[in-house]
Amino acid sequence: MSSEIGTIVVLAGGLSHERDVSLRSGRRVAQALRDAGHSVIEADVTSGLAELMSGTPDPVVFPVLHGGDGEDGSLREVLDLFGVPYVGSPGPASQRAFDKSICTPLLDVRKPAQVALPNSVFRELGARALVEAIVSRLGLPLMVKPNRSGSALGCTKVERAEALPGAMVAAYAYGEMAVLEEFIVGTEVAVTVVDTGAGPRALPAVEIRPRSGVYDYTARYTAGETRFICPAELSDDLAAQCAELALSVHVQLGLRDLSRTDIIVSDAGPVFIETSVSPGMTETSLTPLAVEAAGEDFGRLCAALVRRAHERGPTGVRS
Amino acid sequence: MSLPEPIQRRDTVLDPWIDTYAERTHGLTVSAVRALFSVANRPEVVSLAGGMPNIADLPREALGEAMATLIRERGTQAMQYGSGQGEPFMREQITEVMAEEGIHAHPDDIVVSCGSQQALDLVTRVFCDPGDVILAEAPSYVGAIGTFRAYQVQIVHVAMDDAGIVPQALREAIATCRAVGKQVKFLYTIPNFQNPTGVTQTLQRRQELIEIAHDTGILVVEDNPYGLLTIEGEPTPALRSMEDERVIYLGSFSKTFAPGFRVGWALAPHAVREKLTLAQESATLAPPVFSQFAISTYLEQFDWRGQIQVYRDMYRLRRDAMLQGLIENMPPGTTWTHPTGGFFVWLTLPDGLDSQAMLPRAVSARVAYVPGTAFYADGMGSRNMRLSFCFPTPERIIEGTRRLGEVLHDELDTMRTFGIGITEHLYRDVTAGPGPDIT
Repeated sequence: MSSEIGTIVVLAGGLSHERDVSLRSGRRVAQALRDAGHSVIEADVTSGLAELMSGTPDPVVFPVLHGGDGEDGSLREVLDLFGVPYVGSPGPASQRAFDKSICTPLLDVRKPAQVALPNSVFRELGARALVEAIVSRLGLPLMVKPNRSGSALGCTKVERAEALPGAMVAAYAYGEMAVLEEFIVGTEVAVTVVDTGAGPRALPAVEIRPRSGVYDYTARYTAGETRFICPAELSDDLAAQCAELALSVHVQLGLRDLSRTDIIVSDAGPVFIETSVSPGMTETSLTPLAVEAAGEDFGRLCAALVRRAHERGPTGVRS
Repeated sequence: MSLPEPIQRRDTVLDPWIDTYAERTHGLTVSAVRALFSVANRPEVVSLAGGMPNIADLPREALGEAMATLIRERGTQAMQYGSGQGEPFMREQITEVMAEEGIHAHPDDIVVSCGSQQALDLVTRVFCDPGDVILAEAPSYVGAIGTFRAYQVQIVHVAMDDAGIVPQALREAIATCRAVGKQVKFLYTIPNFQNPTGVTQTLQRRQELIEIAHDTGILVVEDNPYGLLTIEGEPTPALRSMEDERVIYLGSFSKTFAPGFRVGWALAPHAVREKLTLAQESATLAPPVFSQFAISTYLEQFDWRGQIQVYRDMYRLRRDAMLQGLIENMPPGTTWTHPTGGFFVWLTLPDGLDSQAMLPRAVSARVAYVPGTAFYADGMGSRNMRLSFCFPTPERIIEGTRRLGEVLHDELDTMRTFGIGITEHLYRDVTAGPGPDIT
């Protein structure tokens, strides 16, 4: 069966802060593809990548890398250079989606007010005045996030102005740029969008109810720490609005094959929070739950995505 | 583009047993800090985090031949069930190893275990009920804290300084616990090249500690995995060599030979040993039998004392590289311990820095360490970190300290930018005062 869609190389790991999650996601995807009858090579992203690609007959890559080079488009550009087809969005679209300071302003959807600032600006202009301006502009509570990170790493909900500097330091530990957003109150849901050839379609929204009240790293990856309801307990109209928002994000950013958009359903309606071109695929991740809830087989869906990438062939290098 | 079809709702926490786990498992959750260590295994990262012994210098060819002979000639015994207390020949040889540190013991008083970690587990199981108090150095070995927590024991840290546990702090901790009706079951201590600080208790402190044990009637659990790895100066006598009625001694082959065999032991007063043997039988039937045969073969046929000297020389080079690298690269306000053996240096950061919060920055800079909070049961230690010098080459250690220095400079710069100071951070220096109020 594998010859039909080439040799599948599941890339997982990498050097990002989310390496551990990626390894777990990669194992899940690889096993699902094997269970669906395909032969799969699991590989980390190392200096041996070029050799692996050239030494693998008819390779199709399924990147399951979270954060860093795996999600910011760099690796996908490299795969384009190697002339290897892969599942997922191309480099430029991935870059747009991954960088919160680029993604949110680009989108024409309901979204939180956002300010994106590099560490150097605070250093040069002085933190006190900027902190005051941020609180005045966005109000409290607000969210502080690294602009290039996932799994809620480095994210802090700030309730008091005095806590903002600490939250900024925590975010800058993950990179030079941080985003600050107004805090949106509402129901937290995630909508996965897949496209196996018939156009993008939204899977049922998954509602997230962490036991601790905060959907942080622990709540995300410890089974039992979060209650998932799928489809989300929303009215049909709101559920449709969430799906439309996720589809709109997918299209507006030029994403391909697979994305997951995180949404807060506020009193005003669904609000975009962020999107991922490489959604988590672990035992506690939202996308496999949505696939299952849609009555689909996770392995078959992964195989369909690989098949589509194989048929599409390599993405050309931009000219 | 298409919207989802209506389907039946599923409501799940993905773990149907979530409400049936024992209370002692609470807190066994995935953590972002632990996940960050996944990157530490990559070759691009200089890991000063793990405490893996460096066993590259073992005579592996000869060992392979000896193991093949063992299986060929004695395999039916070596691969069979064995004694719950440990094989008699193994216990006999363990007395020879302990004699190197001046400990005179009878083989009958030894219980072999699956690494000294399991010996500590057995001791805690035998002595502790939920809510009992175990005293431990501030900071203490993270693996011990995990074991104690699993038995729902209250860990009370006792202040230490560069000479080991502070005697007055120990007396006060015992008195405070007893004043509020707490049962102090034992003092857990690592007198030699302590994990995580690298500090060695002086002889005088050891004598005072024994005196306190007598005065207050407490038991001492002496964990001594690094005792034979002195790399500077003269070894200090083990507590067990000075006192045999109030000390349970835990030993290990993990650092003097190889950790993969998982063989350690407890040397305990007779009555305690009986309990430990029964506990061992119920836990495992018998400690790893093949490993005991393998280690026995090694001790019989190889120059194990010479191998320990090889290890000492190798670790000395690494320790020296670490200390030199720290001198060259750490920003003002950083201090560290000067270990005379073992694997670890304990770093105290400049005011305001938080080792856990800056770990992502360190991982981005391709260097890893263990934040100090891992070694406290009470949330302290954010201003500290443990650096291991045992595994990377001296050149890599120097490079690791260079990267770490840059991380500290960057973090200090960011902290200054935001005007964050010491008051927002919990920390305890190795030389700090008494432990927290347990009431």
